[in-house]
Parts: sequence; structure tokens; C-alpha cells
Amino acid sequence: MADKVLDAKGLNCPLPILKTKKALKEVPSGGTLEVLATDPGSVADFAAFCRTTGNQMVEETQDGGVYRFIIKHTA
Amino acid sequence: MDAKVANDSGAAGSGENAKSMSIIVTKGSLDWAYPPFILATTAAAMGVDVTMFFTFYGLSLLLKKLDLQVTPLGNAAMKMPMMGMHIGMPNIMSMIPGVDAGATVMMKNLIKKKGVASIEELREAAVESDVNMVACQMTMDLFEYTTEDMIPGITVGGAATYMENALKADINLFI
Repeated sequence: MADKVLDAKGLNCPLPILKTKKALKEVPSGGTLEVLATDPGSVADFAAFCRTTGNQMVEETQDGGVYRFIIKHTA
Repeated sequence: MDAKVANDSGAAGSGENAKSMSIIVTKGSLDWAYPPFILATTAAAMGVDVTMFFTFYGLSLLLKKLDLQVTPLGNAAMKMPMMGMHIGMPNIMSMIPGVDAGATVMMKNLIKKKGVASIEELREAAVESDVNMVACQMTMDLFEYTTEDMIPGITVGGAATYMENALKADINLFI
């Protein structure tokens, strides 16, 4: 169970990333953030975001049109 | 004008060793307002120190009340999804009064429907994430604007201010 959940469904680039950055500030270091998104571009974008910022992508799943990312706040 | 003070907003990598980017923003129409604000806010979210330099028509993006328009005039590639097709508009029609206003309404409706951020939202996000926004002094004189007309939190500067930022930056864009 993630420490915080961010529902970014229906939002388009770059809002899911901007909201994720904001939400991560409220997740303690070592904690996890679960992000739900429907933007297909978010798959590549969240991977790039994690690689660049040093946060860790723990899990990535897709259910129907909804992408679910679990990001560990390590940066 | 002082260079931007390294922010401590908690952005990853932000601070003295952070990567940095500068963008010269020269256009103030609704469609051209997107690339600079999308890149600036996303870069800031990824821990990049960002400076935006607003000059000529880009300066209007700093006005307190935004009134952004889009025009199909001279834009052969602008085709809107309508009735299951993509419909463009001949230049001669774009010159008819009211057509720009109609195109702007259509574009804003599409933006809302597709979950795309408004420019107001992106600009707010840029302010929140400490993007350094510089208004071009010369353009302000030229078009008779004062800092009173602009949103708070911006700085005013000229080409040398931009150059100082650009010389240190990892990415410099002209949009």
C-alpha cells in the first residue's frame, strides 16, 4: 500500500508529471507514491522522470486504459 | 539585475550543481504559449533551474490578465478535428472578422476536453516551482508596459541578463 495516491486520470502532458512532483514532496523519504494516469505518453515520461530525478520506479502496471506507477521517493 | 538565487524548493538536484535551462519566449499566441511553459514547468519538476526570458510578443504572457488568441491565418498546418474529420481554413476566410475568435473558442474547448492544462495553470505552476521569469525591459518600453501590468514575482532585465544565464545553462532554447 503506497503512502500516497495521486489520481492523474484524464490529465494530459505535462500535468501528471507536475502533480507527481508536487505529491512527492508530501511523501517521506523512502515512502511510495502511487500514480494513476490515462495518458499513454506517461509510460515513457514517468520512466524519464524517475531516471532524471533519481526517484525509483518500483512498479508499473496497466489495467484497461489506466496506467499505475509506484514511485519510491528516494531523491 | 541579480542572477537567480539557487532555490531550495526541494527539487531533485536543485541548487548549486543543478542543471539549468534558458528559454527565450518570443511569441504570445495561445498555441505558441504552450511549448515554453510546458518545458519550463516540466524541467523545474525534474530539478532543473529554469530561466524564461520574455521578449517582443512573448512579453504579453506575463500580463496579469491573459487574453490569448489563436489564428489560422498563415498557418496552413492548423487543422481542427471537426465532425470526424480534420478541417483547415483557407487564408482568405481567416481574414474575416470573428474567425480568429471562433478558432480561439474551438481551441480552448478542445484544450479543456482533452485534459490539457490552461496557460494560466502552467504559468501558475512555473511561479510555484521558482522558474526565473525575466521581462525584457526594452520590449516593455517599446510597447509601453510597466511592472504594474505584469504578474508579481518576475524580474526585469535585458540581453546581458539573458546572456549571463544562457552562458551557464545546459540547454538554451529560442521559441
